[in-house]
Formats: sequence, C-alpha cells, structure tokens
Amino acid sequence: MPSGDGFSLSNWPLFRQLKQRDLFGLEQTAASPRTEALTARTASADRIVPSICPYCAVGCGQLVYVKNEKIIDIEGDPASPISRGCLCPKGAATFQLVTGSHRVQHVLYRRPHGKEWETVPLEQAVDMVAERVKRTRDETWEGTDEEGHPVRRTMGIAHLGGATLDNEENYLIKKLFTALGIVQIENQARV
Amino acid sequence: MAECHPVGFRWVMEARERGATIIHVDPRFTRTSAVANIHVPIRAGSDIAFLGGIVRYIIENERYFRDYVVHYTNAPAIVSAEFQDTEDLDGLFGGWDEETGQYHKKAWRYEGADPEPAAGVKESDEEGQPIQHNPFQAGHSDPTLQHPRCVFQILKRHFSRYTPEMVEQTCGIPKSLFLKVAETLCRNSGRERTSAFCYAVGWTQHSMGVQYIRTAAIVQLLLGNIGRPGGGILALRGHASIQGSTDIPTLYNLLPGYLPMPKAKQDKDLATYLARNTSPSGWWGEFPKYFVSLLKAWFGEAATKENGWCYDYLPALTGDHSHMNTVVNMADGGVKGYFVMGENPVVGSMNGPLHRKGLRQLEWLVVRDFSVTETADFWRDAPEIERGEIRTEDIGTEVFFFPAAAHVEKDGAFTNTQRLLQWHYKSVEPPGDAASELDFIYKLGLRLKKLYAEEYGQPRNRPIRDVTWDYPLEGPKREPKAEAVLREINGYTVADGKPVEGFTSLQDDGSTACGCWIYSGCYRDGHNMAARRKPHWEQNWVAPEWAWAWPHNRRLLYNRASADPEGKPWSDRKKLVWWDQEKGEWVGYDTPDFIVKRPPWFHPSKDACGKDTIGGTDPFVMQADGKGWLYAATGLQDGPLPVHYEPQESVVKNPLYGQQCNPERVEWWRKDNPYHRAYDDPRFPYVITTYRLTEHHTAGAMSRWLSWLSELQPEMFCEVSPELAAERGLKNGGWATIRTMRAEIEARVLVTGRMRPLRIKGRLVHQIGLPYHWSTKGLARGDAANDLIGFVADPNVSIQESKAFTGAIEPGRKSRRRSAAISGPPVREIDPKRWQRDLPPARRKPESQHSFKAGESKKEH
Repeated sequence: MPSGDGFSLSNWPLFRQLKQRDLFGLEQTAASPRTEALTARTASADRIVPSICPYCAVGCGQLVYVKNEKIIDIEGDPASPISRGCLCPKGAATFQLVTGSHRVQHVLYRRPHGKEWETVPLEQAVDMVAERVKRTRDETWEGTDEEGHPVRRTMGIAHLGGATLDNEENYLIKKLFTALGIVQIENQARV
Repeated sequence: MAECHPVGFRWVMEARERGATIIHVDPRFTRTSAVANIHVPIRAGSDIAFLGGIVRYIIENERYFRDYVVHYTNAPAIVSAEFQDTEDLDGLFGGWDEETGQYHKKAWRYEGADPEPAAGVKESDEEGQPIQHNPFQAGHSDPTLQHPRCVFQILKRHFSRYTPEMVEQTCGIPKSLFLKVAETLCRNSGRERTSAFCYAVGWTQHSMGVQYIRTAAIVQLLLGNIGRPGGGILALRGHASIQGSTDIPTLYNLLPGYLPMPKAKQDKDLATYLARNTSPSGWWGEFPKYFVSLLKAWFGEAATKENGWCYDYLPALTGDHSHMNTVVNMADGGVKGYFVMGENPVVGSMNGPLHRKGLRQLEWLVVRDFSVTETADFWRDAPEIERGEIRTEDIGTEVFFFPAAAHVEKDGAFTNTQRLLQWHYKSVEPPGDAASELDFIYKLGLRLKKLYAEEYGQPRNRPIRDVTWDYPLEGPKREPKAEAVLREINGYTVADGKPVEGFTSLQDDGSTACGCWIYSGCYRDGHNMAARRKPHWEQNWVAPEWAWAWPHNRRLLYNRASADPEGKPWSDRKKLVWWDQEKGEWVGYDTPDFIVKRPPWFHPSKDACGKDTIGGTDPFVMQADGKGWLYAATGLQDGPLPVHYEPQESVVKNPLYGQQCNPERVEWWRKDNPYHRAYDDPRFPYVITTYRLTEHHTAGAMSRWLSWLSELQPEMFCEVSPELAAERGLKNGGWATIRTMRAEIEARVLVTGRMRPLRIKGRLVHQIGLPYHWSTKGLARGDAANDLIGFVADPNVSIQESKAFTGAIEPGRKSRRRSAAISGPPVREIDPKRWQRDLPPARRKPESQHSFKAGESKKEH
C-alpha cells in the first residue's frame, strides 16, 4: 500500500475503482504494487524434481520443489497424461506427509516385557535384526515336509507389506527372503 | 470412484461431457452417484445376481456382438459330456466331493481334453490338472453356437434363472431400473461403441470375489468390450504400487512375472516343475525361458544347467501360506519373527484383535513406517490393554521400529493400476536415520551373508552364499542404486551384461538373466523407460512415451481384438491397432499386443507348440486357446461359471439355490473367529459394508497423522438411513455401538438419505456403512471397523470377505470394545449344531488349505 510520502489521489483505491469502472474492487484495482510483486513460493525453488503421488494407484504426476536441500512444495505435474496437473486432497497433502513433524527420525526399540520405547543406533539395530533372522531361521528350518518332500524353508519368519514400496524394493525383499527360505511373504494385494 | 480415485474420475467426467452415460452401482449414494446418470442401489454381496441378470438379458435378447463372440471367445468350444451345472444340482457343479470339501475339476473340461495330467499349473489346481487341450485346433467347436454342449448354450442355460424378477428379489433393484441398465449397456455396444467397467478392489473382497470379476468379464466379452478402446474391466487399486507388488510379488505363491512358486508335493525337480507349468499352446509355452532367466538373475554363476539352475535353492509350498493363515499360525505360536513394511494390519486387515494376539506371540517384530503405527505399538496402545485384560509387561515380543524414507527421498518406480511403471526421483536426503526399504534390505542381506559365511558348507545356506547381491552404491549414505536393480529386473545378456530389449530376447540356456520377464524392456538400451516424461501435449492420445507399461509398452492388453477377424478396425471411431497389408505387420496408435508379423489369416499347423499355436484371430495370447473365456474350463477352484451365493453371513436365504454360500470358501473355525448364522440370525439383522473416504488412505498411516487431512475427516462414523435410525432410535451426531460376534465398536451416527433401505420380497433390508480408516493413534481417532470382521476368504486368491457381513447396531456409547479374540464374543453364542450353514450339510473344509505343523506354542501370559 502507498507509504506516507507516496500518497496521491491517483493511487487512492476508490478513485482507481471509479476510474477503471471496477465498482466492487474485485478486478485489477484490487491489486497493490506489493501483490503484483508477489510470486509463487515454487518460483524460488533451486530445482524441480519429477515424482509420482504415493497414495492410490492412479499414479498422478508430481513435481517436488526443492530449495536449500529442503522441500518447499509439492504440486501436480501438468505434463502427466494421467493427471494433467491435478492432485486430490490426499495427493495435495503430500507436502505435509513428507515434511510433517510426525515423522520419526530414530530407530526405536522395545525390549521384551519393556514398557517404553528406547532409541538405538541404526547400525546396531540392523545387526540385531540380522542376528534374530539367523537364529529364528536356524531354529525353525524345515528340510522336508511330513511326507518327506523337500521344502527347504522356514515357517518361523513372515513378511507383510509392499504395495506402498517401489518395485526395486519389492524385488530385493522377494529375492533375499526367498533365498533365506521364507515363504510367508505377503502384501496389501491380498487384503 | 469419485471418492477414492478422484483424479482418475476426471476422465469419467470428461467422457460424460462428451455424451457418455455413467452408471453407478453401489449400496450407498456417494459423490460418484451424485454425478452419474443412473445410480443403482444394491444389496451388498449380491453382485453376481445383478450381473448374471445382465448376461441373461444379453443372451435372451440376442444383443451380444456376434462376430466378436464367435471369433474371439470360447463360446463355440464344446464342453465334456461329464459336465453338470448348478442348474442340475441346486447350486453345486458336478465333481463336488463332500469328503474333501472341494471339486474334482476334471468334470468341467472341454471335450477331447487330454485325460492325462500333462502340464499347465498356471491354469490348474493343486493336483496338477492339465492345461486344456485346445478345442479349436482339436475340432471340438461349433461356430454356429448351436451345439447343446457348446459354451454359449451352457452359458445360456446357466443364467436362465437370473431373470429381472430374480434380480429384484435378490439385489433389491427394482425391475424397471435393472432393465434400464441392461438396455443402456446393450445399446452402447457393437462396432461403433464400447463400455468400460470400473471397480475398486472392494469387489474382490467377497467369498466369491474372483467370480464377481469373472461375471463382469462375461458381460464384457459378450458385448465385445475387451481389447478395444473405451472398453475393459478396470481395477482401481488403492496403493501407489499395489500392481507392482503383485507383478514383482511380495506374495507367497508367486515368483516375479506370475511364475508360480514350486509346490513340495508336485514340483519335485526342475524338469517336473517346467513340465507342469509350460503350456503346450499359447504364450505360456515360453515359460522355461522366463524361469531359467530368473534363476540366473538370482543365483548368477552358481546357476548352471548341471544343477538345474539352482532350482533346489527355492523353498516349496505345502498349502495356502497367505496372510490370514500366517496370522492364525502366529496366534498359535508357529511364527517367531515378523517383518511389516509400510502396512498397518491391526487396522487394515480383518479381526484386529486376532492380529494383536498373533503379535503378542512373536519373539520379534520389525515395523518400518513413517510414524509409530498401531501395529508397532500393539504392546502398549490397544483396547485390551486399556481394559486391563492384557498387561504390557507380560508381552514378551521384542519390537524394532525403523523410520522409513518417503518416496521423494529415494529413486524408484511405482507401477500404477494401468500397469504403468513410473519413476520417481530422490529430491532430498531422508531425515535422521530414515532409510529406504531398498537400503534396509540390501544391508540386511550383506549382514546375513557375513553371519552365514562360516556355515556355507551346509546345503541350506548355499542360497545365501550364492544369491547375487552386488549393487553399486551412491550418495552420502552409500545406498544401493535403484537403477541397477531396475537393470536386473529388465534382464541382461550374461556374457556382456548388456540390457536385453525385451522378453522375446530371453533364453532358457542360461545365456540371459532377467528378474521379471513381464518388465523386460523397461531398461532397454540402458535407458530408464519408466522415467520418461514427455508431456501429453507432445504425443498422441495413447501417450506411449510417458513412462512405460508392461508388457512391451502395450497400453491396452489384448488390443488385437480392436480389429475384426480380417485385421481391419471394427469401426473408424474405435480404431486402435490394425493389420497393415503393405508393411505385413500390425500397426496402430498403441503397441500391438500380438505377434507383430503374424497375419490375421494365419492358421497354426496341427503339430505346432507354444506361441506357434496362436492363430491370426486369437487375440488372447496368454490363454492356451487364444480366446476370451466365457467359461473357465480350468484354473478356478469354485466353478467354471459364476454362481450367486450369499456371503458367509447374510440377511437372506439364497433365493436362487439350496446351496447358501460358496461351497469352496475358506473358513477359520476358531474361538477367536466366530461366525454368525448363515442367514436370518436374529442377533444380527443388518447388512454392513465398509469403505474408504476421499480424505483418508486405507489403514491411515499416511493420512491420520496429517492435520490437513484429519481436519477434513476427524473421526469415525457410521452411515444409516432415516428408516433405520427410526427403527433403532439412532440420533444424527449421537453415538452408536455396532456389534458382531468378533467385536464391538462405537461410532458417531450420520443419518442420511444417501443410505437407502432396500425392499426384498416385501421386507425392508437395512444396510450400515462404515469407513475403516481409524484406530487409536494419529491426530484423528476412532474405533477400527475391521475389528468387526471375521476371517473368511475366497478360495482362489485367499482374499477376505469384508464388504458384506451382518451385524447389530444400537444407540449409545456402550462399547467396551470387547472382542472374541481376547474376552470372548460380545454376543451370546448359539450352538452351531442347531443350525445348518449350508447344503450339503456334511462338509469337511480342506484343512490342508490352511494348516502346517505349528512350532512350539508360546503361552499367553
């Protein structure tokens, strides 16, 4: 808005509204020099990274706006033949999904019979999981079934999940777990 | 569709703007109904009766697309004289074995079928029943469709009792409305017009879910709506990569690319496994190339011809090891360790209390997600702990929670519901210790290789030694490169590591490796095809250069059917691919889903094998006979044709047959999973169905923690009609308790005319709608609707019946959230011997379907 020394009649909103026949001030006269100088937050991004919406299976295109190595916004990608720039309420909330304060940043551990979570270093936690996989696999290994057919497996370990993951991730899960002899591998496709 | 796939629905709206008619069939009036031309309220669980009525209407009124049906479907095939229909046996097909509770499927085969089991487990049952001999080549077919045992005549008889009156009495759809729908569909078919069926996967969540989809397929084949633009049956799936996790399956019964896991009893060695799965005719004749290439990708140099490409490194199945069986085995102490990655089963799966009972029996649990879900926190935040029935300190399960990287923090591809692989790039580093599943599994694999290094002498540890695990690392956290995994999925020539062009380059001699044959070509020439993002305005309407579709970038499967038998488009309006006589190949807007140089007039020789048996008018190349199956002579557990059965729990007796429910449905008769009476249970007089809302995502882990979404849908509610509200004294905005034998929950009441009671045989049938997103954690909370639902499943795919069951409702906040799995059923039990569930009454459910010897049982404290 006009500062004290810049005031002039020609800048007075009512005068501009009358002059430009915009009686209700809903058109161009509503703009001030400040609003005219505003740009979208996305315009200041250092880079725009192509992505895909993580919610349902329609697969809308997303553009991720990054500034100073932080995500500043996520919008629909107009180039996508599937979504042509649109996102639904969930897709439009992706920015909060990935930047929100709900995201846990440390590995948590609950010991048997424990009443609280504890934090443990990531590397140590992966070591602990690997040891448990080996122990359980070795303890529950089945070479053959009751009729003597080879089964080469463990029924002591199971896995669930995959529909929210990438193909490459599902591929490594299936590959490693099958090599370990785990057969109870399942995901949301069956629920 | 408008509610759960809003952006997909924009195309439905666009079609409507161009004159398309939108028909919405749903028990509830939703945002989709609001913009549809016709809304058809239906009793949940009666869809086969409705669609069967349409099949009958099409046939009786001769409205089918005759040229399409005669040439592209198995309508002319002649079925064995042994076949007996449900019309003859009051709701059972021939071959029912009361002793085993299963069908002998041989009684459903085509005439002249090879009597000896030869091959084809892809399309067969556990016994290794053979793939069907191709009736078209064997001369057992009648193109006039008059033979009394041809598929067309069998179909006609089978659906003859699905009259408009029967539809009205079964589904609650007025006859006039039904006729309007049937006529609208018929008018919109033929050379010039097509119709599409869209469904969300609630359609599969029935004890005959596969047959629901089959009935839609019969309608679409009769009307000539498959393989043609604007046609099809489109599954609108609910997760970003649920299609990808089916193609590259984190599923027990499959290997990548729909290759079956070996079965212990039948697949004793590589030769047997290949023989059972390689189809003598059709594209599955290529099976060995895909399987050997997979083993080469997984076990590298260790996989040699001499050792059967390490076939005996693969574990084998002894039954159904799917999710619900895993959970009951867990509850019985047989499962010790459990990985849960990006899923929240105590909310999203059925009978949450039974899941938590299973989790309490574990020795260790690993959960990977963005925040601590109900599944991760089951040991301190659960109804039974709140009630004091279970004490946290008595639960011995060790729990690890790993924070997961978001999709914007990692490279990778989702496969959307149209089979489109779409790449997303890493834009920033994940926060703190958060990491991708790719990184986690890769590093877990490295550690296990190290832990087992001393014990590689034991044969059972050799797969760990030999599994190829050599991926380049990148970034500050030294994560495996996702593109390197994509390259392995695409496949490469073993000699030089060069990516193959596609699955037609794969060999069965160990010279090629390929992680998933249907994805082969997604990284051809070393280019990441999934990452292509050519704007839609720079290409044709098929947009073939946006990302990449499996197989071979074909956007519309079986699109050979978009041209007539001579290879010409059925009409100019519906042109997609066609035979170009000058070029001598199939051309068009889309990549032809056919052997590109095979002319329309090609007839295979009598002694042809595999893909050489595919004739020029056989668009359905994956089928052994190249035809669309109106009648599924093999491959299904519960019948070659769909039959209307009532859900496991219904408010009515089956109006069509003496057989009440799907005879092959899978049940779990356990104290922690009680059932209601099959029909007319006075304790549970209402139909309940569950669903999702626009503002939340499935079990809520990606929405209930977000303020933007939680503000839009802040708490659990139930939807009831004004009539039901009056009957039960429910007040809009007040509380209600909803109860089944499994559990009870409470919810706010939404009284709305969008829920309508249906009139069935003069009686009012009320339906209650429950969204299922909530539970105890996050910003928006409420009781979990899925706690109400028991374990019952479709016999073909082991998917639970969660969209139609019965229950009770009463006003008030009386719920103590009791559950059968903890404190016993919330409602008094009736002795099951006092009421019959089914005809025939004597039936032993196939135990082997869901049992294995449980390990030592850990006592519940």
